[in-house]
Amino acid sequence: MDPELLRDDDPDIALLTVLRDDGSADPATDPGMSSETLLRGYREMRRLRLLDARMILLQRQGRVGFYGAAHGQEAVPIATGLAVRPDDWVFPALREQSVMLVRGFPLTTFIAQVFGNAGDVLKGRQMPSHQSGRAVHQVSWSSCIGPQLPHAVGAAWAMRAKKTGAVAVAFSGDGATSQGDFHAAMNFAGVWRAPCVIVCQNNHWSISVPTSKQTASRTIAVKARAYGIPGVRVDGNDLLAVYGVLRDALDRARRGAGPTFVEAVTYRMGAHSTSDDPTRYRAQAEVDAWAKKDPLDRLRRHLVHLGLITDASDAALDRELTAEIAAAVDEVEKLPAPERESLLADVYAEPTWNLREQLGELRRAGPAPTHG
Amino acid sequence: MARTLRFREALREAMIEEMDRDERVFLMGEEVGHYQGAYKVSEGMLDRFGDKRVVDTPIAESGFAGIGVGAAMVGLRPIIEFMTWNFSAVAFDQILNNAAKVRQMSGGQFECPIVFRGPNASARQVGSQHSHAMEHFYATVPGLKVVAPAFPADAKGLLKTAIRDDNPVLVMESETLYAVKGDVPDGEHLVELGRAHVVRPGRDVTLVAYSRMTHVALEAATDLEKEGVSAEVVDLRSLRPLDEGTIVASVERTHRLVVVHEGWPYGGVGAEIADRVQRLAFDALDAPILRVTTLDVPMPYSAKLEQACMPQRDRVIDAVRRTLARGTN
Ligand SMILES: Cc1ncc(C[n+]2csc(CCOP(=O)(O)OP(=O)(O)O)c2C)c(N)n1
Repeated sequence: MDPELLRDDDPDIALLTVLRDDGSADPATDPGMSSETLLRGYREMRRLRLLDARMILLQRQGRVGFYGAAHGQEAVPIATGLAVRPDDWVFPALREQSVMLVRGFPLTTFIAQVFGNAGDVLKGRQMPSHQSGRAVHQVSWSSCIGPQLPHAVGAAWAMRAKKTGAVAVAFSGDGATSQGDFHAAMNFAGVWRAPCVIVCQNNHWSISVPTSKQTASRTIAVKARAYGIPGVRVDGNDLLAVYGVLRDALDRARRGAGPTFVEAVTYRMGAHSTSDDPTRYRAQAEVDAWAKKDPLDRLRRHLVHLGLITDASDAALDRELTAEIAAAVDEVEKLPAPERESLLADVYAEPTWNLREQLGELRRAGPAPTHG
Repeated sequence: MARTLRFREALREAMIEEMDRDERVFLMGEEVGHYQGAYKVSEGMLDRFGDKRVVDTPIAESGFAGIGVGAAMVGLRPIIEFMTWNFSAVAFDQILNNAAKVRQMSGGQFECPIVFRGPNASARQVGSQHSHAMEHFYATVPGLKVVAPAFPADAKGLLKTAIRDDNPVLVMESETLYAVKGDVPDGEHLVELGRAHVVRPGRDVTLVAYSRMTHVALEAATDLEKEGVSAEVVDLRSLRPLDEGTIVASVERTHRLVVVHEGWPYGGVGAEIADRVQRLAFDALDAPILRVTTLDVPMPYSAKLEQACMPQRDRVIDAVRRTLARGTN
């Protein structure tokens, strides 16, 4: 395609923003969220920020094995949680686990998954930050980058066949757009007009690889054009903008008008995961510049502008959320590891002879050894 | 003379020496360059060779595995690093249907001298999708060679030989071995593919293992010694081609065999060895061949469950006792 055809004001090139620096909302793009919804979003974002910090601390102390935080990217999962209907399905990547918390998944059960102990509905089988909750229609991402994208399109396609009226939302990082599964998902979504929304959180880094080395495309959103899907480029650090874009995209999908692709432009403020040290590959000045666009600060300025919060209400909220998280960690950490024999369950729908045979082998293992 | 090197340093030395020796050799993969390798195997190599020969890629294993196959067909000698072998699942078609078959399907017109390497099997609490012992899948494929060293010297010698080999060779490393130290001979050090190594001589039972499980087998052998049981440990090093001669010779001395490996019990390298030994040394065997493997389930995350799932010393010792008592259950 002639690069000239990419006009700077095209939605897949231009950045859609609502929140202005002074805390006001741009009336041209403001989705008109109620005060109640705004306050809920703010509360959830603050809770997620505190929760991530606490989980990373636990990992540093050796109390949990791994954690992938959403620091700097909280607006996207929280806006998603606010925009979806209870029967919609969510297929997150690493940074969007918390959508389920907004949809009412209990914090204690969420934390138990990070510990992988007896309180974990996944029975200690999955790595932390790979949460699934049937009750809230959320499916864990796969450790191998990308498979959740076709899953979401398949779920959307099936829900249309079942006439449930529900839609699916899938997430990926910018790096994941290099995988074949991204192409497959976009292509099928386009050809079949599947009732889904595919969101890419462009946080500028895939571990140490900058987006410019991941794709030569001018934006990620513009990739949607070639698949025959509308692409939207939204300010991912702006809860209102993300909410508005997702609400419209979900409506489109629900009324049979087809899928939407969303590039949410944001920044990973912390390390890739607890196994990474970002100071080795990126400049502090870049991090500092993005810190000024912090999604929580920007929402806060807006709520102050609207007169909905004060320093005093913030301090009270922080105390309340910190206590909630501390109590949940205390409650969960006491729980024992899952029963040893439980590792033989759920491999097949029914217990098979080979699994019964493995029970004998398991009993030979003796107490958990310290080596290995 | 020999120096003490860590496993990762031995691998790095192999790549550096071969890249110095042969300008057609290059390294490609995720995070191999600027990040210095996800597990620091390629530390310093970008500075030394530049970004034409130490190549960072987008996250697309099927992409860079295929790029490697294409480059190999026209005369380069790629070393393709998978951040872990688990992610090679995304590139399986390139390895199974392309790298392994280029020579045969082209009637021998093309060759595919390529090395695929990276950490394999469990790495402590990384869950089922990150803990696969992929060697069993790949070792079934004609056209591929598969090696799995346990010690730094073999890591260096096998990788150098793999790079010089005119076939696709898959090198299975282990995240849990990268920091392990060992003596590595000075000067040119090559280890022939398809040669096992008796790392501990013994009389009563043969333990066959490879990669990290060789260390577990050695630990078990040390404990068994205290019970008066003398276990011989054969470190396979190559899984395909398989050194059946060394295995059979050992079983002819000890009359008992226990195979220890990560990965599931259904099929796989251990089953292959059991088949060969019962055919080639039936009369030498005093007891059925036993295998100690990962349990037949996806690997759990929880540390306690994971330990119970993995082959470990206690289960090796138990299997040895059973083979000595001729019990199989
Ligand atoms: C198939 C596969 N290859 C490589 C990896 C290792 N890996 C884990 S996360 C990651 C980067 C992901 O980047 P991106 O998609 O941008 O998401 P982000 O983590 O930045 O949110 C990589 C390379 C993997 N998990 N799966």
